[in-house]
Amino acid sequence: MIELERVSKVYKTGDLELRALDDVSLRIDDGDLVAIMGPSGSGKSTMMNILGCLDVPSSGTYLLDGIDVGGLSDNRLADIRNTKIGFVFQSFNLLPRTSAIRNVELPMVYAGTRNRRGRAQRALTRVGLADRADHKPNELSGGQQQRVAVARALVTEPTMILADEPTGNLDTTSTVDVMNLFVELNEAGRTVVLITHEPEVAEFAKRVVTLRDGRIVSDERR
Amino acid sequence: MTLWESARIAMRGLRSNKLRSALTMLGIIIGVAAVIVLVAFGNGLQRFVADAFGPLANQIQISKDQGGVGAKDLTDADVRALRDTGRAPAIATVSPTVGGSAQLQLAGGGSYRTGITGTEADYLDVANRELVVGSFFDDQQVTSKAKVVVLGPNPVASLFGGQAGAALGQDVRIGRTTFRIIGVLAANGQQDDVAVMPLGAARSYLLGGGDVVGSVTVRAVSTDAVPQAVEQATTILDQRHGIRDPEDRDFTVTALQSLLDQSSQVLSFVTIFVAAVAGISLIVGSIGVANIMLVTVTERTREIGIRKAIGARRRAILQQFLIEAMVLTGIGGVIGILLGIGISVAAGIVLPQLVPDFPAPSVSVGSVVLAFGVSLLIGLLAGGFPANRAARMRPIDALRHQ
Repeated sequence: MIELERVSKVYKTGDLELRALDDVSLRIDDGDLVAIMGPSGSGKSTMMNILGCLDVPSSGTYLLDGIDVGGLSDNRLADIRNTKIGFVFQSFNLLPRTSAIRNVELPMVYAGTRNRRGRAQRALTRVGLADRADHKPNELSGGQQQRVAVARALVTEPTMILADEPTGNLDTTSTVDVMNLFVELNEAGRTVVLITHEPEVAEFAKRVVTLRDGRIVSDERR
Repeated sequence: MTLWESARIAMRGLRSNKLRSALTMLGIIIGVAAVIVLVAFGNGLQRFVADAFGPLANQIQISKDQGGVGAKDLTDADVRALRDTGRAPAIATVSPTVGGSAQLQLAGGGSYRTGITGTEADYLDVANRELVVGSFFDDQQVTSKAKVVVLGPNPVASLFGGQAGAALGQDVRIGRTTFRIIGVLAANGQQDDVAVMPLGAARSYLLGGGDVVGSVTVRAVSTDAVPQAVEQATTILDQRHGIRDPEDRDFTVTALQSLLDQSSQVLSFVTIFVAAVAGISLIVGSIGVANIMLVTVTERTREIGIRKAIGARRRAILQQFLIEAMVLTGIGGVIGILLGIGISVAAGIVLPQLVPDFPAPSVSVGSVVLAFGVSLLIGLLAGGFPANRAARMRPIDALRHQ
């Protein structure tokens, strides 16, 4: 369960003060599939950074599974990202020159998990890439790379899969493939939060939250 | 996240950029090898000097001071006084020599002017010399003033075309007396233009001079006893020559030990200096490592961002890059050590064949340990700063990096 309460994020550059998130409250229940939409500069990325524990709010509280993330040390934040959040990025962000299976194993390396190879193989099977385990990212198509990234995100069985413009670099066919994968994962009970500006991607979500100028302007359930 | 995991990640990082890793290592390899080889050469030289002159360490040279008016010569009586073990317990042997020069003439034609040394039977020991062929005269021949001579290499070269065997047993006219050649000295590079004969024979037939002795070589009972021997010899001669003020002394007493100490000190300065020059190349190599690690960190900012987003703690990133740097310098250090030892050993085999008597380099364990330690330390320092920078990077900034 994710709870943002009156969260603001202010960036200061010299005298200029930019309010990227302005007093936002949001609650996402377990098992939901939420799309966060908005034009560029609306605070989407800031929202993603805060939800992903890559950044902490300037004010307000963020509870992830009941844990107040605001006051945590860098190391604790790293642990939370490792165990509770699975990231999928727009530019895939796989390690170059590293096989698909090793990329999927990576979060487990930092968690110190045993039997990584087996779990990574199962995750790859789940995204339909069992036969591509030894391929390096540059030997895979964009859609395949993004599916490897999804496998990496779900291998630790996190509370939430957080996808930042996951289809931004994909063609239409791959977009549908990847979105179907998210829907499948969600149907299996996993919480998925998508950040996107594409309405056709938001179509797949159960709930659409729209941001503008750092505030929530609409919150619809479909 | 164990150290083992970090090491595996680091190794993968190095392997993914083989050429760059190899070139970076090269700086360390050359630096380490240079330190080891140059120190080995310096050591070899020091050992060579010690071996060559070590036997001279307990020797003391006494000679007449030429400058003073009314200076007394050293005489046979002085030699006898120095040999009195009651008054000079620290002195083991006393060897007087007389010197001059004379013309050597062969019956079949050919002549050569050379230095004449008249001395006693222990000359070879005292002068630390060897014979190429034949034998040296003995005590009995010294007492009987036998007309025998041992030639140095230069007269043999001039008169017998360098054939030591041909010279042996030949008669040679020196001055107006015929001497038999009973031996030939090996070259020592300093006193090769010489003919050596019994002290009495030199005086009686060639140089004259009654009971005057040119110089006296005294050997102390041990190297440690050299200072006492110097003191005792000085006291005896002061008394015999009637010296009250050391300023008026008409002889000089020089311990070779002090000259040896000075020369070995100079050599160790040279070794240190040369090693320092080699150390500079090690420093240059380490700057190379630091530079490459900085480039690596900058280049892999995105990778660092990915790792941090996925849950790598600071320490894990720090370990990864630190181990990369230390593996780089560690492997470089090991290769450098092997190369350095290899070059030193090869030089020890090859160089003496090209240059006779070239001192073989001797690898010192200290320089190996030091060079390897320094290369690891370089890895730690040169890798530490970039690794720390990588570890402190904020994941969002790192991910945004293109």
